[in-house]
Amino acid sequence: MIVTGRRTPDTGDRRLETGDKKHMEKELKVAALRNGTVIDHIPADKLFQVVSILRLKYYDHPLTIGNNFDSKKMGVKGIIKISDRFLAEDETSKIALIAPNAKINIIKEYQVIEKRDLVLGDEINDVMHCVNPVCITNHQPVPTRFYVIQEGNKVHLKCRYCEREIAQDEIKLKKK
Amino acid sequence: MNNSLVSITDYSKEEILSILDSAKDFEANPNRKSLDGKVVATLFFEPSTRTRLSFETAVIRLGGKIIGFSDAATSSASKGETLNDTIHMVSCYADAIVMRHPLEGAARYASEVSPVPVINAGDGANQHPSQTLLDLYSILKTQGTLENLNICMVGDLKYGRTVHSLIQAMSHFNPTFKFIAPDELKIPEEYRVFCRKNNISFAESCELNDNFNDADILYMTRVQKERFQDLMEYERVKNVYTLQNEMLEHTRPNLRILHPLPRVNEISMDVDKNEKAYYFQQAQNGLYVRQAILSKVLL
Repeated sequence: MIVTGRRTPDTGDRRLETGDKKHMEKELKVAALRNGTVIDHIPADKLFQVVSILRLKYYDHPLTIGNNFDSKKMGVKGIIKISDRFLAEDETSKIALIAPNAKINIIKEYQVIEKRDLVLGDEINDVMHCVNPVCITNHQPVPTRFYVIQEGNKVHLKCRYCEREIAQDEIKLKKK
Repeated sequence: MNNSLVSITDYSKEEILSILDSAKDFEANPNRKSLDGKVVATLFFEPSTRTRLSFETAVIRLGGKIIGFSDAATSSASKGETLNDTIHMVSCYADAIVMRHPLEGAARYASEVSPVPVINAGDGANQHPSQTLLDLYSILKTQGTLENLNICMVGDLKYGRTVHSLIQAMSHFNPTFKFIAPDELKIPEEYRVFCRKNNISFAESCELNDNFNDADILYMTRVQKERFQDLMEYERVKNVYTLQNEMLEHTRPNLRILHPLPRVNEISMDVDKNEKAYYFQQAQNGLYVRQAILSKVLL
């Protein structure tokens, strides 16, 4: 199920019309999870990247993907609900790279049993490309390794091999 | 984990000073038999004159033997062999590997897959730690100290790996830097950040003239034509960064001019006879420093 917010035709505002809201609330209720994972507070422009990272296109259990919901903190946000799936460490690392402020809720028997912040480890292994075109990892079968350097709110990644520093907006994830 | 030397940042200040001490001993007595029975492979996937010859001379003067190649076209890499396989194969024959490779990070990767120590003799524009150590040895020899020196760096500060490594290495010794480069080849932002983080004073300029009168070390580098998208721009700047003998008139008496070589036109030939020119002795120092490095990784 894919749910998206809609601009009202007269104002261009991203807010949902009242009728839509009610309708959506109903839909979301229908899509409430018994067991699984909810990824909330995804920046709207990163939502489909997260969908791609998790290969949800091929997922055959119930799934809700919503975007452009109002958010006090973010303006608009995306949300993904995945039934019967709990994320692996490399998946959360990848999401942390592109949406570090997203929140993960683990659901069991309709209850949130764990709220998890996305935390980047000290090292990111083989989930992204090095941007340096002459880095060994772009020419030989060498898995990439990056050191995570956190300075305040900013995250840089330093390639273990070519020592190039990569800003967060330069990150290019590997397709697997 | 073996005893490889991949990046100058692999060594602490104490390790750097220990190498320089050891190099001094080798300068006093370069012919020894300490590597008797050892085999060192020199794998040069990219051309080199000074680095390869000085490493090979260092091994021979220490009584070791050399195997290897100086042209990737004559190795199995030309048949598509991976670096992983080449390193595994060579490490069956040699006690250490000295490698230059055009790809950045190749040396770090080789050090991970090799059971014998790997010495990085240059990986693309990334690191060239033996050059940095010989630069430090040359600075120490000519100035009597590494502490509190004014170092002026000129030329290609963007892609010049020797410049970047020297900044990192000198950060242990409270230097003051002046960076002189055309806009296209300015020092990358990450090295400005590095200097600020380490409380290192630095200034930047596009003008070479009279800008180094207070310097202790003038570190010249080659402005490489292939780095410019606009060849007119290259033609404009190439001679602006040529050091002429008369430009040295008002410089400090202890100033010494270093250059990693090869030189093209950035130092006029008439500078060679000036007592402040030190680049050929600097290349000679490479032998002693490389003897010290080989001894550290192999013995």
